[in-house]
Amino acid sequence: MVDEKTLDGNAIAGLLMEVFGSEMTTAVATCGSCGAASMVAELPVYMPGLGTVARCRSCESVLMVFTEVRSVTCVDLMGLASLG
Amino acid sequence: MAGTAVRGRLNTWQTATIGPVTDETARVRTLRLEVPDWPGPSDGQHRAGQHVDIRLTADDGYQAERAYSIASAPGEPLAITVERLDDGEVSPYLTQEARTGDQLEVRGPIGGYFVWEPGSGSGGPLLLAAGGSGVVPLRAILRERSRAGSSVPVRLLYSSRSWEDVIYASEFGLPPGGVEVIYTLTRSQPRMWQGYARRVDDAMLAEVAWPAALASPGQPLAYVCGPTSFVESVAAGLVKLGYPAGRVKTARFGATGG
Repeated sequence: MVDEKTLDGNAIAGLLMEVFGSEMTTAVATCGSCGAASMVAELPVYMPGLGTVARCRSCESVLMVFTEVRSVTCVDLMGLASLG
Repeated sequence: MAGTAVRGRLNTWQTATIGPVTDETARVRTLRLEVPDWPGPSDGQHRAGQHVDIRLTADDGYQAERAYSIASAPGEPLAITVERLDDGEVSPYLTQEARTGDQLEVRGPIGGYFVWEPGSGSGGPLLLAAGGSGVVPLRAILRERSRAGSSVPVRLLYSSRSWEDVIYASEFGLPPGGVEVIYTLTRSQPRMWQGYARRVDDAMLAEVAWPAALASPGQPLAYVCGPTSFVESVAAGLVKLGYPAGRVKTARFGATGG
């Protein structure tokens, strides 16, 4: 059963543009756990309200987490082996 | 990679003024947006398939932002088409309360993946598949195809609940040469309806989609936009038909919407 709340990297293109200063949805994200590489636009993205999570398409590991506290965006890229 | 804290944000939000408003269906509206610093032809104007983020701020400071596909082709006045979701935070305002002259904040144009330009696809035909308001960025692609004088063959497979829910029906009623629009109406159909009347499935894709191995004019390129379940099933169906995953571009808007 598909979870209708699952978005994809297109949905966070604006956020990524603010954080990184450039268009990031065609950048390739490589998973630090399984090594799978995928365009950011194709990553499953969840926005449950408290923050934004992008996962690996293959192993579902958390790749990127964005949270905003008092207008400051905190970025956790610990799940990525590389992004570019 | 190490975790990073980004202090503050690049200030990329701009004030937009709502221009003329057009009702498309009972639930869907197109709004022109006038943005003073919107990029023009000389400085990176938008690309067909891109979106903008819209931000509303309540009197108490609460902010809500949502992404909306750009409905207009590059070079046309900026417009978005918005479907009302009754439990949404932004779309009820945009579809019911917003008036010409009102102001809101806009960020964009955004996105580099789900975009089409006359050179995209290297001459292969286009398959566009839309679920509901997922048709909006695909309409921008069709308008850009016309504007640019492209002759790439296009089939648009458009899944809608009913005929009353079809967006841009009059525009799609007279498609330009080389463009076919195929509807499926999933919930109710007009009397005497002879088109499809079910959700898009593998059998329908096999009938409608360009053959994956088309040698001339080239391998087809697919753009699929709609609710997550629609996109998942159409993309999987196209891959089953032999489309390489790299020739199927997807954009999911989920059920959270706006």
